[in-house]
Amino acid sequence: MSAILLFMAVIALIVGWWLAQQRLTAKPWLEEGAIGDFPGTGAMALPAAKIGLGVFLAVAGSLFALFISAYYMRMNMVDWRALPVPRLLWLNTGVLVLSSVALQWAHVGARRNDMDRVIVGLCAGGASAVTFLVGQVLAWQQLSVAGYFVTSNPANTFFYLMTAAHGLHLMGGLVALGRTTAKVWHGAEMTQVRLSVELCAIYWHFLLLVWLVLLGLLTGWTDDFVDICRRLLN
Amino acid sequence: MVDVPYGATAGIPPAEVEEVELYHPKSWWTQYVFSQDAKVIAIQYSLTAAAIGLVALVLSWLMRLQLGFPGTFSFIDASQYLQFITMHGMIMVVYLLTALFLGGFGNYLIPLMVGARDMVFPYVNMLSYWIYLLAVLVLASTFFVPGGPTGAGWTLYPPQAILSGTPGQDWGIVLMLVSLILFIIGFTMGGLNYVVTVLQARARGMTLMRMPLTVWGIFTATVMALLAFPALFVASVMMLFDRLLGTSFFMPALVEMGQQMNYGGGSPILFQHLFWFFGHPEVYIVALPAFGIVSDLISTHARKNIFGYRMMVWAIVGIGALSFVVWAHHMYVSGMHPKFGFFFATTTLIIAIPTAIKVYNWVLTLWRGDIHLTVPMLFALGFIVTFVNGGLTGLFLGNVVVDVPLSDTMFVVAHFHMVMGVAPIMVVMGAIYHWYPKVTGRMLDDWLGKFHFWVTFLGSYLIFFPMHYLGLLGIPRRYHDLGEAAFIPSSAHTLNAFITVAALIVGFAQMVFLFNLVWSLFRGRPSGGNPWRATTLEWQTPHTPPRHGNWGKELPVVYRWAYDYSVPGAAQDFIPQNQPPATQAVQGAAP
Amino acid sequence: MAVAIILLLVAVGSVLFHLFSPWWWTPIASNWRYIDDTISITFWITGAVFFAVIAFMAYCVFRFHHKEGRRAAYDPENKKLEWWLTIGTAIGVGAMLAPGLVVWHQFVTVPADATEIEVMGQQWRWSFRLPGKDGRMGTSNVRNISSDNPLGLNLDDPHGQDDVVIESGDLHLPIGKPVKVLLRSVDVLHNFYVPEFRAKMDMVPGMVTYFWMTPIRTGTFDVLCAELCGTAHAQMRAKVIVQEEADYRAWLDHQQTFAELSGRITAMKTTYKSGGEQEKPLRR
Repeated sequence: MSAILLFMAVIALIVGWWLAQQRLTAKPWLEEGAIGDFPGTGAMALPAAKIGLGVFLAVAGSLFALFISAYYMRMNMVDWRALPVPRLLWLNTGVLVLSSVALQWAHVGARRNDMDRVIVGLCAGGASAVTFLVGQVLAWQQLSVAGYFVTSNPANTFFYLMTAAHGLHLMGGLVALGRTTAKVWHGAEMTQVRLSVELCAIYWHFLLLVWLVLLGLLTGWTDDFVDICRRLLN
Repeated sequence: MVDVPYGATAGIPPAEVEEVELYHPKSWWTQYVFSQDAKVIAIQYSLTAAAIGLVALVLSWLMRLQLGFPGTFSFIDASQYLQFITMHGMIMVVYLLTALFLGGFGNYLIPLMVGARDMVFPYVNMLSYWIYLLAVLVLASTFFVPGGPTGAGWTLYPPQAILSGTPGQDWGIVLMLVSLILFIIGFTMGGLNYVVTVLQARARGMTLMRMPLTVWGIFTATVMALLAFPALFVASVMMLFDRLLGTSFFMPALVEMGQQMNYGGGSPILFQHLFWFFGHPEVYIVALPAFGIVSDLISTHARKNIFGYRMMVWAIVGIGALSFVVWAHHMYVSGMHPKFGFFFATTTLIIAIPTAIKVYNWVLTLWRGDIHLTVPMLFALGFIVTFVNGGLTGLFLGNVVVDVPLSDTMFVVAHFHMVMGVAPIMVVMGAIYHWYPKVTGRMLDDWLGKFHFWVTFLGSYLIFFPMHYLGLLGIPRRYHDLGEAAFIPSSAHTLNAFITVAALIVGFAQMVFLFNLVWSLFRGRPSGGNPWRATTLEWQTPHTPPRHGNWGKELPVVYRWAYDYSVPGAAQDFIPQNQPPATQAVQGAAP
Repeated sequence: MAVAIILLLVAVGSVLFHLFSPWWWTPIASNWRYIDDTISITFWITGAVFFAVIAFMAYCVFRFHHKEGRRAAYDPENKKLEWWLTIGTAIGVGAMLAPGLVVWHQFVTVPADATEIEVMGQQWRWSFRLPGKDGRMGTSNVRNISSDNPLGLNLDDPHGQDDVVIESGDLHLPIGKPVKVLLRSVDVLHNFYVPEFRAKMDMVPGMVTYFWMTPIRTGTFDVLCAELCGTAHAQMRAKVIVQEEADYRAWLDHQQTFAELSGRITAMKTTYKSGGEQEKPLRR
């Protein structure tokens, strides 16, 4: 359970940092009056959708951290046989990085009021994300052709399960991205899509980060890293 | 909501703000069925939760009939008994209490209490309810599938949950897991709304430290639920894999009824860790909203500010954080590494300290108060008695070595029913009597309410207090029949029969309550906008019941905390949160 | 007024019920009297707090209930009082936790001279295994389980051959000798529960769990299953009989060893391959 506890500690730090600015030690019964006297303690000025995305990322992060915790606990059992990571995953990783870069590009374009750039960025990002998903399915196919079925070993099951969970999150993102692109296509103003583009970019970066962590886990790098940490501590 | 700078309200035509902000229902269907108004969604959530809760109540009667008079009711056999306890537990904890406190009270009270027009994502909020309803329907459907609902116990421990020695192995367990997954998806949608609404849509002047404790409780519980429910989600998905595809996440090599099974290498304890990583915060997900609501009930009906407001807020936040590092106290005798016992016993007993502070502050609020013994106040007092009782027995079960003889006995059943069954239900009832006038514009009948309270409170106490002693004697839980055992005296059977009679009477009192709800809807005394003379914003709405958009043309502005009761020198014994200070009102009038 | 009295009656009644309840723990039959003592300490502390809080609340209701013209005090907080209450609570919690942890330390520290015995649970009966003349138990594996070998012992482990296997009988234990009870399950979770012993632990398929205790009085005690294990959970019974050493020996001499049971007396000859596959206890 160390992965999820680490994740919770990070969340606790963020929440604690935010609460620390909210004057939780104030004596509210002495502070009658308008809010103007206590700047920064009112409602957040950020758009609701952006805060909502932030909270959602915490939930999704918790989900993946729990998968990782379960992975580590299950992995120490005797019957665990790590499976070879298909080369294709490296290509897929590259494609996902491209996808993230394209959306960042669109996001910068949106800030600079450059609609052409936004369109190119959104389309490139969407296309490469779809390519990534196709690549993941191909990787599954390669594995099952090579005899690594879902049920033959828990390592295989975790591989399919975690890549599927990540893929489903990406597909959810594609729905949002598709709606934004459609809006742009139908000639929406920049002000109407700027926020959506930004949120898509943030979500894409998050999923890229999750993917890199999962990749590290599945290739066994994370193990080596954890081992080194352990040795340093001992 | 748009962040309106201070003093600019007058500059912006309110109608315009409303047009941008609010979704307008266009037909009866979108107003009352597929509604995006948090208040309608709250009522939908509450009615659905109550309906499935009634099913769970009936299941508890059947269980008690079997326990009180074993062998008398031939239509209840061992399998059915297990199915009843499983469904009763799961429905009560997840589908009733969680849904009611967060989906019901959260949806109704958060926007009103923080001075918002609605939740920030009304469409997602609507989806949340419909997915919840779907989850409830899937759960209810297990009563009608071949093999019936699962009888694995609400903890659904593998391997037993998915093997054939347990009833409902074919369909019941699969549909249960699907239903939980749906519930979590639906809840996450709602939860995002509650959290972001508190963060972003508070009225001007509503700083965190001016929020009523109800909002603090629901807000913190929602944050916890958002982070904890994924653990149940992960566990459910993995168990579905084990059940449907034959993988071995939780399934070790095993022999079932003489047959070697295909599983191998998995860890049942892994499931328990995931389950309780959700399961323990879940206790506080139910408790924290109850803590918050009861604070407001006591303060309002004792006409006195809540004692130690800051400590109350810190305790809520502290309990919320600590509750993530105590989960394995449910697993002291699970076979996990014994060293963990030291850590989890310590964290568990530490969490008792902030909880105790909350109790002290509730009773100290009564001290030198002006206690109106209204029905909500009575339920609040009932809550304190049952919560103190159940909380203190938690110190037995949390203290690792004391838990060893008591675990899996009726002591555990009595403990958790007292602390997270009866106590939160007391708050739910008190809250319904308290806010019903705001929801409907009419008061609930007082006499019926008092009858309902006394029967429910004393009856539940008589059910669960003696039950501890059956556990102390050593009677295990989840037995449909105690059978022959030398250590069980015949008086234990008498006590069981007594408990059953008490349970049936308490159940009957709930029917009186339902009657009161319906009758008062038509015949109740009109309540006016603020019958309890309360300070918080929901009582200051221009209309009762509040209309779509809650606040008429202008959003309220908050000038004070939620507990200005009996302020020295004030004309009335309460000052609403949106009433400007005397000096400022004069200044405002001058130009 | 009536409300205050009823609340007080609830508190008084609870205490009286506790004092005069005919339902109390069974007379102890193991060395875990310390566990009972810890429960008693916890009862005293929590009982005092319960009575104090409810009685105080009842007094408040009696003294401060609404009358015409009463006005509540304005009393936002009292730092000093809150600190004292916090410190007092912390001391009370410490007074329960400290003995609890000390006894837990004893509970998980198995004495070196404890005899290992094995209890195996399956749906829905108990089997027992005692070490043979060599004083050691052989290794086992779920995969070996068959109708000839219901406990799944490793056939080529010499230590297992003389193990005493009790398939459907009662477990006998000698008085005054510490035993380490190894717990195994072949199918689902079970829990070896003898109320008089106080100690109990889940039996988890795929691993070996344990607890230890010393029987301190002779008698026959019921074994129940304390972890839901399916339809016949409530009927999963056996008996433990604690005897004087001599009686125990007499009983033991009449039991069959694994080798006798599986008809392989010949296997006793020199197949000294040390150890077999042993299922590792999972330490998570």
